[in-house]
Amino acid sequence: MKVAFYPGCVSKGACPELYVSAKAIAEPLGLELEELTEAPCTGAGVLSEQNPELADSLNGLTLAMAESKGADVMTICSTCQGVLSNHNYHLQRDAARREKVNATIGDQGYRYGGKAKVKHLLWMLFEDIGLDRIRGAIKRKLTGLKIAPFYGCYILRPEEYLGLRERPERKTYLEQLITLVGAEPVEYRGATKCCGFPMLTFNREKSLAMGGSHIVEAKEKGADMLVTPCPLCHLNLDGQQPDAAKVLRKDIGVPIFHLPQLLGLAFGFSPAELRLNHHVVPTASALEKVELKV
Amino acid sequence: MQFTIEIGRYNPEGKYSDAVSREEGYPPPWDKAPPRRYQTYTVDLPEHAVVLDGLIAIREYQDESLAVRCACRSAICGSCAMWINGHAHLACKSKLQEFTKNGKTRVESPPSMPVVRDLVWGMDPFWQKHHAVTPWLEPKQPMPGPREEYRVPNAAMENLIQEVSCISCGCCLMDCESFAINDQFLGPHALAKAYRYAADPRDATVQQRLDHDGHGGGIWDCTHCYECVQQCPKGVAPLDQILKLRKMAVDAGFTKNPGTRHADAFAESVRDSGRLNELTLMPKSTGFFNIVGQLQTLPSAINMLRAGKLPPIVHHKIPGVQRIKTIFQRVGGRFKK
Repeated sequence: MKVAFYPGCVSKGACPELYVSAKAIAEPLGLELEELTEAPCTGAGVLSEQNPELADSLNGLTLAMAESKGADVMTICSTCQGVLSNHNYHLQRDAARREKVNATIGDQGYRYGGKAKVKHLLWMLFEDIGLDRIRGAIKRKLTGLKIAPFYGCYILRPEEYLGLRERPERKTYLEQLITLVGAEPVEYRGATKCCGFPMLTFNREKSLAMGGSHIVEAKEKGADMLVTPCPLCHLNLDGQQPDAAKVLRKDIGVPIFHLPQLLGLAFGFSPAELRLNHHVVPTASALEKVELKV
Repeated sequence: MQFTIEIGRYNPEGKYSDAVSREEGYPPPWDKAPPRRYQTYTVDLPEHAVVLDGLIAIREYQDESLAVRCACRSAICGSCAMWINGHAHLACKSKLQEFTKNGKTRVESPPSMPVVRDLVWGMDPFWQKHHAVTPWLEPKQPMPGPREEYRVPNAAMENLIQEVSCISCGCCLMDCESFAINDQFLGPHALAKAYRYAADPRDATVQQRLDHDGHGGGIWDCTHCYECVQQCPKGVAPLDQILKLRKMAVDAGFTKNPGTRHADAFAESVRDSGRLNELTLMPKSTGFFNIVGQLQTLPSAINMLRAGKLPPIVHHKIPGVQRIKTIFQRVGGRFKK
C-alpha cells in the first residue's frame, strides 16, 4: 500500500530512532513509503495559535502534496496528526477557507481540493493494513512484558477533528496492539493525559512534574515500560526523565518505546536495528524481560 | 431498565489535599483526592434516563443521606457537574445507557477539587480564579448618556459568542491537566472569561488585562492538552479562547516571555528551513541572557548528547524551501523576514 509518509521534524531531529524504526517496519507491513520530503513542519500548534492563516497555508500545502500523489498521509507523530487533522477538518468543510489557502499556494505548483486523508500509523495498522497482516509479521512474542500505553493529547482530543466520534475504537488501539504482540497492557489514568511537553519552555518544573507523575503511576501499576505514538511525548518522558525524577524526588527509570520500536521488536528486528541503544533511559530492563540485550 | 451506579461517598476519615506538603514532592494529581468509599446502587429507570435521574431516584427512594447538588436538570445551571467514569460531565446531560461500562457507571466528586460531601464539591478554587480576571467590563469613556447604551458592531461580538455560552459549571477546571499539577494556574474557564472581556470593544482596560493574564499562572501555563475543549458541555472550547488571548497579548506588545520567544524561534526556523531546528529552539525560547534557565536545561541536553539523541549540528533545509519562504512572505504577518 502506497502512503504519503510525513515523518515530522522530531523524527529527523532529536528522535532519529523513530525514523529508523518506522522505515524498518514498513516492509513487513507492506507499506510503500513515499516520503513528503518537500512538506513543511505543521507548526505543532504554535503557528496555528499565533497566525492561523499561515498555519492553514503551510498545512494546506502538505495536504495538497499528498493529494497530488493520490495517497493518504501517514504520520508517525501524535502532534503532527493532531495539527494536520485540525486544519484538514476545516479546509475540507470550508470552501472559502480552502480557496484562501489556494490563493496563497496556488502558484507554487499545488492546489488543495479537500480530498486528502491524514492517518497516524497507529490508525493505519487497524484500519488499512489489518490485523491479519500484523499477526503474520510477528516473529517474536513479547510475552511477559507489562506495557503502559501513552497516547499523547493530539491523537485523542478534540475528538471531532480526529474522527473519534465516528471511530471511538481509535482510543483503544494501543492497548489492542500491546495484546496483539503478546504483552500485557497496564491500565492507568496517565494513558490519555498530557506529557507536559508543550509547557517545557514556559514552566519547566510543572512540565516535568506532569510527565513524570504519569510514568510513576504506570510504574506503580507494574509497567516495565511505556509505549507512545508521539515523539514529543517521548522527548519529555524519556529525554527529560532524569530531571523529572529530581523534581518528583523519586527513582523512576522506566524505558519509553516509540510505537514502531515495539512493533519492530515483535517483527524480529534486533534492538540495535531499532536504535533502542539510543535512549536517555536505558531500555535494557524491558528487553531483559523478553530475553534480549541492547 | 436496570442501571447500576457506583457512587464515591464522603469518607470522614479521609485526608484532604492540604495534608500533602510540597516537601513530599508532587503527588500524582488524583492522589490529592480524599480517600472515598464506593457504594453501589441499582435503579430501575427508563432507557433514556440520565445519570442525574439515577442519583435523584437513589436519594428519594433508597438512601436519603446521599448529597447531590442539582437544580435545572436542563444543562443550563451547571450545578450537577461531577466526575462520571473518570471525567467531568453534567449529570443531567449524560445518559446512563451511554455511560454504563462493564455493567456500571461510576460517579464521584472530582479529585482535583475539595469535597464538601459525597457528590458536592467546593467551588472555591473555581470562583477565586474567576474573580482574579476581573470578570466584568470596565467601561470606556465617555459613558453613554442616561437613556443611551454602548453600541458595538455585530461583528465585534461574534468572536465572543462561544465564551458567553459558559455556564460556570467547572467541568473544564476539574479536568484541567495544568491545574491538577499547578494550583496557581488560572485555569480554562477564567482565562476564557478573560478573553471575553479583553476582546470586548466596550472595555477600557485591555492592556491591564493582557498584562495580568500573561504572568505566572496565566496564559502561558496552559499545557494545550484539549481536556477543557473535550469536557465543556456548552461548546465554549476554553483552550481556543486561551490561544486567542495569547495572540492578543503578543500583538499588543507583551513579548518579553518564553511563550513569545518560543513562537518566534519556531516560526523563524520553519520560515528559513521549512522545518523545526530543535537545537536552537530550546535556548532561544529560554532566552540567551536567562543564565539560570539555560543552566537548568543543560543536564538534559548532556543526557541527550550522550544517548546520541541531539539533533544534527548542521540544520538542513527541506528541498523546495523557497515555497515556504514565499508563503511566509505572503501571510506570515509578524513572522515575515
